[in-house]
Amino acid sequence: MDNILLKMKGINKSFSSVPVLHNVDFNIYQSEVMALLGENGAGKSTLMKILSGIYSKDDGEIIYDNEIIDLKSPFQAYKKGIYIVMQELNLISEFTVAEAIFLGIEPLKMLRTIDWNSLNKRAAELLNSLKLSFSEQEFVKNLSVGNQKMVELARAIVFNANIIIMDEPTDALTNVEKDILFNVIRDLKSNGKSVVYITHRLDEVFEICDRVTVLRDGKVVYEEKTSKVTKGILISRMVGISKLKEDYWENCEKGEEVLKINRIGNIYIRDITFSLYEKEILGIFGLVGSGRTALAKTIYGYYKYNSGEIFLRKRYVKLKDCLRSKELGIIYISEDRKNEGLIVELTVKDNVTLSSLRKYCKLYGVIDKKKEDSSVKSYVNKLNIKVNSIDDKVVCLSGGNQQKVSIAKGLDCDPIILILDEPTRGVDVGARREIYNIINELKRKGIAIIFISSDIDEILSICDRVMVMYKGAVTGILGREKLSKNNLMSLAFNVKI
Amino acid sequence: MSKYKLFSNKYIKLLIKYPTLTFLIAFSLSVAIFNTQFLTVGNIFNVLRQTSVNAVIAAGMTFVIITGGIDLSVGSILAFSGAILAKIVINDGNVLFGIAALVIIGILLGLLNGIIICKGRVQPFIATLGTMILLRGATLVFSDGRPISFGSVEHARILDLVGAGYFLGIPIPVYIMIIIFAFGYFLLKHMRLGRYIYAVGCNEKAARIAGINADNIKIFAYTICGLLSAIAGLIVTARLSSAQPTTGAGYELDAIAAVVIGGTSLSGGRGSIIGTLVGALIISVLNNALNILDVSSYYQMVVKGAVIIMAVILDRSK
Repeated sequence: MDNILLKMKGINKSFSSVPVLHNVDFNIYQSEVMALLGENGAGKSTLMKILSGIYSKDDGEIIYDNEIIDLKSPFQAYKKGIYIVMQELNLISEFTVAEAIFLGIEPLKMLRTIDWNSLNKRAAELLNSLKLSFSEQEFVKNLSVGNQKMVELARAIVFNANIIIMDEPTDALTNVEKDILFNVIRDLKSNGKSVVYITHRLDEVFEICDRVTVLRDGKVVYEEKTSKVTKGILISRMVGISKLKEDYWENCEKGEEVLKINRIGNIYIRDITFSLYEKEILGIFGLVGSGRTALAKTIYGYYKYNSGEIFLRKRYVKLKDCLRSKELGIIYISEDRKNEGLIVELTVKDNVTLSSLRKYCKLYGVIDKKKEDSSVKSYVNKLNIKVNSIDDKVVCLSGGNQQKVSIAKGLDCDPIILILDEPTRGVDVGARREIYNIINELKRKGIAIIFISSDIDEILSICDRVMVMYKGAVTGILGREKLSKNNLMSLAFNVKI
Repeated sequence: MSKYKLFSNKYIKLLIKYPTLTFLIAFSLSVAIFNTQFLTVGNIFNVLRQTSVNAVIAAGMTFVIITGGIDLSVGSILAFSGAILAKIVINDGNVLFGIAALVIIGILLGLLNGIIICKGRVQPFIATLGTMILLRGATLVFSDGRPISFGSVEHARILDLVGAGYFLGIPIPVYIMIIIFAFGYFLLKHMRLGRYIYAVGCNEKAARIAGINADNIKIFAYTICGLLSAIAGLIVTARLSSAQPTTGAGYELDAIAAVVIGGTSLSGGRGSIIGTLVGALIISVLNNALNILDVSSYYQMVVKGAVIIMAVILDRSK
């Protein structure tokens, strides 16, 4: 069927003057599953949030049922029959399934009291028709993640949605749950509903989707029937032609092995093995949900590992908490500056010395303020952190300067291994360049660096080796000679290269 | 001329920066105009001594509140540790031994609060509500519901010194209060522990990722709070020459009020112990002035409540 049910035309969207979507045309066909693919940051989620009324568009129009619609809130979108199932679950866990399904649209009796009988009966029928095995009286919190997704789908049906958007629905699902989900999607399709399916898993595209649309850098670059494409085509469309970029890579004789990770695993990551050397930048690439940050936090001792072993300078170590890792010289600089990396309500000085305060203490834990001040000032100069005074609160600084404070905090612990998680996220171009230079200087000094990034260009331009992860496992480690966008993306989608 | 202007500006800025201090000074001065008894040396020391018990408890409370917690058990710790002291004294024990027992009891009970909260993962409000009731009950059991009086015990005279004595014309409890605040200020401003207390209160997750043992920091705060509650218990018990099993009920609220008036945020991470001292002073100056001015104690409560709310609103609008 080639009936276009909904058409988005010339959609533009910017966030604080950074364009995210340019002139996007996107079609949804009657009774079809449309896959929406693209790298991290290609604009998939933004486009779907516009379609479901969560964001407003700057420009362009949405035509649905031969009528231009203007969605101002998610609830308006629900009423029009557009329902989004977000990646994170949005159900109230203390409610029963029936209550959760009908939240906000409860059937009412006279005097506006809830008609519990009808609510429970309709919920039971709905679950039955979806062939789901749990009771409508079960509490949401007792359901598996997969079944909670089903409850969201049931809710979409109650809203009589014609278009159901699913953002990475299989992210935390087991294979059995995935099969149930796909059956439900096929049922929906045969009932004339349309589905937009955002995913990072190419296998699923071929399993369930009728068409694909590929977004790259906020533009639609490809739309085709699934039967006419291959994985290779999709990857090359997502990656595009490599832009010329300043190359920051510096050739440097790599030093001794400092870290050896042997088959560590926990609930987030599986069977990870790799080595890290002095004077080396090891990149970790992967799509959202690939387990990069979980791996970094495991090495930093924030998450426990229950299998495998870690050797530091050939000596066996057991990493049990952040304090222990810090003392051993392993430092993690979080991607989430606001909530994890920094204490933004405190001053620049407080933050820089937060992890290393012991160094500045005299007898009985009294801080030597002179020594502390001069050390912080030297970081401010060295890293070119723009502040009026070291007593400025971090919350007042720009993203780039906050990141530099975060790096200074790590460096002040005299690390042997520095793990940088998305160090240039939300950082402007000038500060980005400075951060690359700082990282290279640290490499020359002999520090072993793990560089986690979603920005493929950045990974290519600075790393000596790149490890690619997919669903919590390593799919490959590439040396400089094998680095290319195509190779990285293929591994990130778990496709053989 | 310009120099003069700069000079006066500096003070005005200071007064704007610390609205509670401004309020304290302005209020005291205006009461002094209406009543000559108010600003006399005798009355000032009287107010200071009345402040000391609440201020000492509030100092401990400040530590706890900066970490983002709360301690409702301070009044019960005060009563319990006071009862232990009194019991030792009337049983002809050494007074110094009694004081040592009181101090150790305070530390242990604070430690208990901290461990229940951090290791047992109980919310501070609930945990300390529990110990508050439990310790009040324990005190009543221990004392059989009656005051333990040592007024007639000869070797207990040294305690009168603590309760009612003067040194260089200044009441002893005032010295105790000043020493505690000086130490508290030093700890929060100049020691690693103080920095960590703010860090944990601001953002516990980030503090943990920075390699700080957040649990230990919080347990320390509750321990200090327990210790200072016991020291307040020493002052009260010495003053009355007896331990009343019901003493200290409601003190937690006065202490929290002093901390909040002093500008410490109940959500943690922000505040100062000097502010708490000002807050405690405001509460007792209000009581004292309204007493002198013959305002009924019912109205005093109305005023106190209004001042708490106003102080917080002023602090928010800064």
